[in-house]
Amino acid sequence: MSTTATTAVSERDITPGRGSLSAETGPARAWRWLREHAVNIAAVLVVIYLLIPIAVIFIFSFNNPAGRYNFTWVGFTLSHWSHPFANTELTEAMLTSIRLALLATVVSTIVGTMMAIALVRHKFVGRRIANFLIVIPMATPEVVMGASLLSFFLVLGTPALGFTTLLIAHVMFCISFVVVVVRSRLIGFDRSLEEAAKDLGAGPFTTFRLITFPLILPGIFGAAMLAFALSIDDFVISNFNSGTTVTFPLYIFGAAQRGIPVEVYVVAMILFFVTVAAMGFATWQQRRAERMTSIRPEQEEADIVLPGIA
Amino acid sequence: MATALRRRSLAYLLLAPGTLWLVIFFVIPLYFMAKLSLDTEIPGTLHYHFTWAWSNYKEALQLYDTQFVRSFIYAGIATLLCLIIAYPLAYVIAFKAGRWRSLMLFAVVAPFFTTYLVRTLAWKTILSNESPITEIFHAIGLAPSGHILYTGFAVIAGITYNFLPFMVLPLYASLERIDVRVLEASKDLYASASSTFWKVTLPLSLPGVVAGTLLTFIPAVGDYVNAEFLGGANNRMIGNVIQSLYLTQSNYSAASALSFVLMAVIMIVVFIYIRFAGSEALMGQEAV
Repeated sequence: MSTTATTAVSERDITPGRGSLSAETGPARAWRWLREHAVNIAAVLVVIYLLIPIAVIFIFSFNNPAGRYNFTWVGFTLSHWSHPFANTELTEAMLTSIRLALLATVVSTIVGTMMAIALVRHKFVGRRIANFLIVIPMATPEVVMGASLLSFFLVLGTPALGFTTLLIAHVMFCISFVVVVVRSRLIGFDRSLEEAAKDLGAGPFTTFRLITFPLILPGIFGAAMLAFALSIDDFVISNFNSGTTVTFPLYIFGAAQRGIPVEVYVVAMILFFVTVAAMGFATWQQRRAERMTSIRPEQEEADIVLPGIA
Repeated sequence: MATALRRRSLAYLLLAPGTLWLVIFFVIPLYFMAKLSLDTEIPGTLHYHFTWAWSNYKEALQLYDTQFVRSFIYAGIATLLCLIIAYPLAYVIAFKAGRWRSLMLFAVVAPFFTTYLVRTLAWKTILSNESPITEIFHAIGLAPSGHILYTGFAVIAGITYNFLPFMVLPLYASLERIDVRVLEASKDLYASASSTFWKVTLPLSLPGVVAGTLLTFIPAVGDYVNAEFLGGANNRMIGNVIQSLYLTQSNYSAASALSFVLMAVIMIVVFIYIRFAGSEALMGQEAV
């Protein structure tokens, strides 16, 4: 005990700006521990802060509210979890959302991947303009995008507002994000593998099919996941261009005025768990792909989150 | 020569579908909206004709200047709060988390997996009058009236929470790129922990700060879900106004004018901000 005390004292002695030489009392030691771990404590608190609303959603999916609103805790019930799809209106909206998100994902992923390949692999006149065209939708407030697209459909008078206009809108705002994600994968790509294929006599198409495509596949998969998540969660742009079609977020917004059924929380939680599982699968796939190749893994994570600004 | 030409036409071919989609459904709609913002309604018909009616802008701004200014104030405060809250977390994930790193990154993106609107509804519960949070705030004098919901405070709280991941991720990305040896060198040269942070770590992370504040601020200014669910009649933001002018009142000219001013002001703010902070941020990147 005494030896540790002396080392502690001598350590403090050479560290500038630390307190007196008197033996540390309990509170003082606690204070020092707090000061040394302040950042870690702050970080843990922020993590808790990030997770609290998710916990609230989970807990309130078991609530048995007295009225039509699910905002205060009344009592525990499993009935909403045992019949999550009892509310046909809600289920219908959810199915529309999934259908829309799947279609928007497929179209935007194909179109966006093609653009990313052109931007990274080809030199052409107008590259700067193409890059600008991709960045600018990401820097535009959603309300402006939704409103302008509605103006467009109204002035043209066609197509009628509904599923088609929703699909057009969703593909539009997903493309940029797909391009950014796939592009970062292509940039962190070992070109020597392609050259080796070429040296071994593979034509450009064969090289693409057997080398390039499998290597950027995790990036494409990640981009598709992002597009799906953006589409299924979109409210603002959809609210402008939906006509009478109802998606999951639109249903919630409409319901918020007349009372929110608990099933909304249950479906939100199911969506959460499915997404987490898909994320886990994607990460596992990516790790496997990285083990097989020499792609620099840190690069892309950094680029995904800096769309067009870095 | 022939192959070069073929390669170039291949590039345009790959580019064409996406470019067309963005031009037709993003650029041209903006043009239509610009035109609509200068139109005058033929009285009582809901039909418009083009008249260079700049008065639309003047009238819309005179009517809704409070909501306009409020949006920028709310978004500004929320962005600042996000920066303060996100920095320690991003710092710990980048330098101290070790094997907890993936789990902490997961916690950052986890809110995205719950629906945006449901997340905001959860805040309605958290900030309701019966909630312990409200009671604590009331006890320490931060909520003198005893309720938080339907105040500007609730709206800012909602925006801060909803856009926090957009701040954490770029901050983490730029902190993670810092060469740890630079920080060690600073320590070896007898810099205290705080001066290492202020003189080395923070300047090197400035690109992340710039990216994060932009990614938070831009969607926050245009947001109207938080104001709709968590705010009262006195907390409406410009997004609420544009939405209701468009979808409820069918006053397309005023709504288009407001949308354009919103976009223009955001562009100007972003431009000034990048000129002001960007040069330093770039220098920070060069120093690595």
